[in-house]
Amino acid sequence: MTVHSFQEHFDSLIDNDIAIEPKDWMPDDYRKTLIRQISQHAHSEIIGMLPEGNWITRAPSLRRKAVLLAKVQDEAGHGLYLYSAAETLGVSRDELYDQLHSGKAKYSSIFNYPTLTWADMGAIGWLVDGAAIMNQVPLCRTSYGPYARAMVRVCKEESFHQRQGFEIMLTLAKGTEVQKKMAQDAFNRWWWPSLMMFGPPDAESPHTAQSVRWRIKRLTNDELRQKFVDVTVEQAKVLGLDIPDKDLKWNEARGHFDFGAINWEEFKNVVKGNGPCNKQRLDTRRKAWEEGQWVRDAAQAHAQKRKEKMASAA
Amino acid sequence: MEKEITNKNEWPLWEVFIRSKAGLDHKHAGSLHASDAEMAIENARDVYTRRMEGVSIWVVESKNIHASDPGDASSLYEPATDKIYRHPTFYNLPDEVKYM
Repeated sequence: MTVHSFQEHFDSLIDNDIAIEPKDWMPDDYRKTLIRQISQHAHSEIIGMLPEGNWITRAPSLRRKAVLLAKVQDEAGHGLYLYSAAETLGVSRDELYDQLHSGKAKYSSIFNYPTLTWADMGAIGWLVDGAAIMNQVPLCRTSYGPYARAMVRVCKEESFHQRQGFEIMLTLAKGTEVQKKMAQDAFNRWWWPSLMMFGPPDAESPHTAQSVRWRIKRLTNDELRQKFVDVTVEQAKVLGLDIPDKDLKWNEARGHFDFGAINWEEFKNVVKGNGPCNKQRLDTRRKAWEEGQWVRDAAQAHAQKRKEKMASAA
Repeated sequence: MEKEITNKNEWPLWEVFIRSKAGLDHKHAGSLHASDAEMAIENARDVYTRRMEGVSIWVVESKNIHASDPGDASSLYEPATDKIYRHPTFYNLPDEVKYM
């Protein structure tokens, strides 16, 4: 087949919703886009453990502690599913880690905000995981097979993450005045960064059109953001908390909620590395990696020794 | 060059297959890195069966998997395409025959 006919074959698979698998021919840019998107997603799961990890030993009850531990363990698992999906595209795990640790790769900017109170565990589960699910459900039908399969697994596990967060918020919102205040304060701080999680507006999102064409993305940033606002407003009513946006109102003609302007300057700044916790997150991650080196070396030395023993016994 | 050095330190990659319950086949679940087979099984337990998804795990080092080339698909599967008489629906039975 000529390059031209490879391309035609690829396009027809995409147009007919037939999954692309690792050994299939694919355009270089499709491969690069996927490696970038899947690895950013994996890095986000790994860094995403850090803001919550701090609260595992400070959870208010054994039940909350067990739940938070299970959630953080899931996030490690999700990172691993996604890294191995990225590896099927020909990039090595070490290269991916290196991109994260050197600051070359991005991860979701939301994890560069601090978790100041226990209510933040509620707000993260409810809003951050809620936004993540909104993003991830359409990715279960993304065109690259290993990515879609990883996302099916992730989505199955993720819904408990949002529910446990909502439950924390509900308990606080129905609690004492101080607890309710704590819940509202967490909501105020996490609402806008959660809306930023969907990425820049479509008009300024350089990759959206191509990603939609390749059926990597199924919905645009703005479409997903609107969906998230519409469902979350209703959930906030159940909690009895106020959405921290004075411009928020139902638009009868559109059939959606209108919402205020997002501070994209802040978003760009955090992506650039100037958020409140960017340095702390990367330092923690690097430290964990470096201090784990002797464990990785020891395991490999042990495996090698056993292999040699088996060989000499044979 | 630097890439080569880092890759040398990487634990090998394993493919994980899981039997979800007795009576069913092992099915590919995904892959992971581990220093040996024993660790690969333990890691597979943690990564792929946190919600009782399995009763048995197989791990195979990825380098030992041999796969067909999708580019050969048309010639590889060609012998099967024109033999529709291998399917029961190829045969017309009179209505009187109820169970066959």
